[in-house]
Amino acid sequence: MNGAVPKLEAVGLVKDFGGVRALDGVDIRVGNGELIAVVGASGCGKSTLLAIAAGLVPLTAGAVLLDGHPVAGPGPDRGLVFQSSTLYPWRTVRENVAFGLELRHLRKAEIRERVDGYLEVMRLQRFADHLPNQLSGGMKQRTAIARALATEPEVLLMDEPFGSLDAQTRSVMQEFLLDVWRETGTTILIVTHDVEESVFLSERVYVLSSRPGRVVEEIDVPFGRDRTREVLRHPTCHDLVAHVRDRLHVWAEAALAEA
Amino acid sequence: MDTPAPAPASARPGRMRSRTPARGFWRLREPIPKRLRVSLMVVSVVVPLAAWVILSGTKTVDPLFLPTPTSVFRAFQRLWSSGTLQSDMSATLTRVGIGFALVVVISVPLGVAIGTFESVQALFEPMIGLLRYMPAPAFIPLLIIWLGLGESSKITLLVVGTVFFNTLMSADAAGDVPKELIDASYTLGATRWTVVRKVVVPHALPGLIDAMRVNIAATWNLVVVAELIAAQSGLGYRIVRAQRFLQTDQIFAVLIVIGVIGVAIDLSFRALRNVAAPWAR
Repeated sequence: MNGAVPKLEAVGLVKDFGGVRALDGVDIRVGNGELIAVVGASGCGKSTLLAIAAGLVPLTAGAVLLDGHPVAGPGPDRGLVFQSSTLYPWRTVRENVAFGLELRHLRKAEIRERVDGYLEVMRLQRFADHLPNQLSGGMKQRTAIARALATEPEVLLMDEPFGSLDAQTRSVMQEFLLDVWRETGTTILIVTHDVEESVFLSERVYVLSSRPGRVVEEIDVPFGRDRTREVLRHPTCHDLVAHVRDRLHVWAEAALAEA
Repeated sequence: MDTPAPAPASARPGRMRSRTPARGFWRLREPIPKRLRVSLMVVSVVVPLAAWVILSGTKTVDPLFLPTPTSVFRAFQRLWSSGTLQSDMSATLTRVGIGFALVVVISVPLGVAIGTFESVQALFEPMIGLLRYMPAPAFIPLLIIWLGLGESSKITLLVVGTVFFNTLMSADAAGDVPKELIDASYTLGATRWTVVRKVVVPHALPGLIDAMRVNIAATWNLVVVAELIAAQSGLGYRIVRAQRFLQTDQIFAVLIVIGVIGVAIDLSFRALRNVAAPWAR
């Protein structure tokens, strides 16, 4: 990343929950158009990190900067995709995607045009009039991503977006996310416990320790943006994944011993 | 559902038999064969009816206590052709209509607020929790002292007897909205008020209608209680009058009308739920 102001930046982020420190001075930088991953064991506070970036959870100390300006509270400039389905069950796929646009009081025709565009990007046209309970898990997450992208956020935050999907669907969705990223150029920050996922998707991986969460390593992933699943067979990829797993293993063991 | 045919008892140890799932009647949460379902449903109606026909027809029980179905039907015809039944039904339904409308107007917004805001919950829930355990009929003497014998004391009784339950059940429906759905709405640009209007209320809608369906049954019971005590009209009043003249056939006729209207109300609310929230079916 060059010297420009990052799109999204966490500076010395601290979060305490009732006297227990969950995040301890976390620094993360996401440049414009980058896809960055934060990987950590469960309970390391990575979801909290994302919720703070989204403005849903207040921070104890530090700051979250969007284009250099501190964020206060949630807003459509930072879209968020959750692990579980957060679609409105009474709204069709099209109506779900339109939700954020309706709140802006755009003209109906304009909403329709934009929604159609994102349905196409997410390959959801055929399901436009389905209700969420008629969709598979993968389709639900595609709709959630389309809904978050439709408001054209500065950053797309993703909290274990494929964590509840089966392994096959997950790998299809990962490639699909890369496609969408290349197509839209959106800046993406994804949080996951899946080491392979973090390496396969991102340009840079932040490895988070547990209790408290600190950035223990920052790894540049050497694969270009036009990567395919082929890179997963690459020895460099194997080494990276093994290295990150080793780092996380210590924290996972410690957490188990504590429990 | 296919179950393996049980092996002959002689070929298998006894404990194996206890593992075989029961075939039909006693299956835990399993669908039963359609024929069994239909015949059980027929039995549930036909057996009590048959018992009534036999006990009354054979005069095993004094007709003064247990009139025959025919005499009940004639009583119904008399009440209907004289127009008494219609005016009683209209009086009772009007009371329930006004009373329950007030219940909805008070309890739905209050319940949604309790389920949505912990502050409102802290403010109202302890008192409502206490009030709902005070039996509504016990308020009748007080309401008569306060409001007299007219319509307002009866309608107030219906409100007192139903509003607290409906408030708490509405609060549950509103409180069931997943936190993540609310958070996701904020990140899409929704304000708190928008979240209440466009997320909490639509998500709670089927639960709100279910609460109404359950609680209007209580209103429907209470209105008859109110009319038993002090009224010049209504289905409850008709029962008290019939008692004075030992017209048990009329009492039976009116009771059946009360039950049928109750079922009709229940079915209407079920239909309303399916129309208003087809996604939650």
